[in-house]
Amino acid sequence: MPDRREELEKAGRREIEKLQLDRLRSSLGRAARSPFYRELFASNSFRPGDLVSLSDLGRLPFTVKQDLRDSYPDRMLACPPREVVRMHSSSGTTGTATVVYHTAGDIDRWTGLVVRCLVMAGATADDVFQNMMGYGFFTGGLGLHYGAERLGMMVIPAGGGNTHRQIELFRDFGTTVIHVTPSYALHVSDVFREMGLGPEDFKIKKIIFGAEPYSEGTRSKLEEAYRAQAFNCYGLSEMNGPGVAFECRRSEGMHVWEDSYIVEIIDPASGEALPAGETGEVVFTTLTREAMPLIRYRTRDLAKIYPETACPCGRNFTRISRITGRSDDMLIVKGINLFPSQIEHVLMKTPGVGTNYLIVLDRFENLDRLTVRVEIAPGAFHGDAEEMRRLQALIKHSLREEIMVQAEVELLEPGALPPSQGKAKRVLDKRDV
Amino acid sequence: MTITQISVFLENKAGRLWEAAEALKNAGINIRALSLADTSDFGVLRLIVDRPDEAFDALRQKGFSTARTEVLAVEVPDRPGGLADLLRLLTGEKINVEYVYAFAGKKEGNAVVVLRVEEPGQTASVLQRSSSTILTADDIARL
Repeated sequence: MPDRREELEKAGRREIEKLQLDRLRSSLGRAARSPFYRELFASNSFRPGDLVSLSDLGRLPFTVKQDLRDSYPDRMLACPPREVVRMHSSSGTTGTATVVYHTAGDIDRWTGLVVRCLVMAGATADDVFQNMMGYGFFTGGLGLHYGAERLGMMVIPAGGGNTHRQIELFRDFGTTVIHVTPSYALHVSDVFREMGLGPEDFKIKKIIFGAEPYSEGTRSKLEEAYRAQAFNCYGLSEMNGPGVAFECRRSEGMHVWEDSYIVEIIDPASGEALPAGETGEVVFTTLTREAMPLIRYRTRDLAKIYPETACPCGRNFTRISRITGRSDDMLIVKGINLFPSQIEHVLMKTPGVGTNYLIVLDRFENLDRLTVRVEIAPGAFHGDAEEMRRLQALIKHSLREEIMVQAEVELLEPGALPPSQGKAKRVLDKRDV
Repeated sequence: MTITQISVFLENKAGRLWEAAEALKNAGINIRALSLADTSDFGVLRLIVDRPDEAFDALRQKGFSTARTEVLAVEVPDRPGGLADLLRLLTGEKINVEYVYAFAGKKEGNAVVVLRVEEPGQTASVLQRSSSTILTADDIARL
């Protein structure tokens, strides 16, 4: 199997699958070094050496987000701690975080995958790359940053927000490639238009979109607003981050880097494999990760696999569709993942708050807006407006701490929301992106 | 020396203030004065009424978050400087006024100022020493 990027990307299905089988064997062997998978394999009477074909993978149970939470902080670590060079973490529901570890080799391979994505978009060392995604625990910023540097682009580590500065950077440094969430890109284009600027004032040619689902209509709108070609990038922190799958210039589906991941689509209810073309939950297995292999990880993202693998771009890597939804109740707000239960957790621990609430998502000036409408508890009002303002401010502050997203808080009278019958409707998503 | 003000928490919803007024109407309550402390998200309605206890019950029954707040009602001369003189007196005594609103009194030439202060007792004695007239609950009921 050739190692060079160009040759690997042209590999045929048989070559790809042979490589996958070899790598899956060693990945399972590495996984067995972690307490979590050692126990999981033992309780399923599975030995990594038993694996004869790729379909044997189906004998193993799925790994789910709760397993990562239960393994906090290091029960999934499969290498000596001194080999770990980085961790990424996401705040989970009700405070239990999940952690993903990387060795130097893991970061190196992840960076390599991101380089492939950037090359697929046609980026070169001549480009100026403005990274408008958050840096830090969130993998969107750092993931693309490393890849863009390795490709030799000049990286502007702008991060998210500070819109006028972003636009100034476009102009002053001749930005040609941007990495941004679709909703923020919309907002930025509104702002530069208000400033009397248009695409002719910039050199942006390519936009890499990640971190949140959006529609085909918004894509066209954005391509027009920036006069640039859009590329969808898929990833999740459990699978390193961005760069798991990326769109080729055909703009129809994202190629999954199958030398690094095995992708399956399953029926979220039964767990059974679904044939290509049918939408279900995306499941990934890491093939090369050293610090923390994950086997059959359920992403909760819904998508389908395109039946034909041969692509006019010359690649034979499986293509997945854009993400069309979630099989759980996770919300993506301003590119940040959050669960309604995190909001509930904050509300229910705050004195003076009643039991009924509604999470409303809409868009204001093309930006996601999160409003939490919550009933005050009967007896919480003592005649003082200032006390109510303090309660409102306290909820806002605690939400910000828990979910990292600024929320509007509306206080309602007790009984204002319709009483819950069975499973209460807690989320009203009015966004249309 | 204080009188009872009825405070109502109102969420920002069309018609909610009207519903509160309707509840008072149906209970035969007469409103002497009102003020609405307003934010973009909610409001607090403050009412001086002829029969506060009945008003409180009527609003509660209709599901309003209602509270009783003790305030001072002071008569001031209905002329330029009437309020300023009163506030100068309180400021001189370092009495912090949380909020204030006023209505025209029924007694010829007088207005009534409603004051919410932290220390109503101490404020009342200051006012009495300056021979201001502090209205009682009966005075309000008879207005």
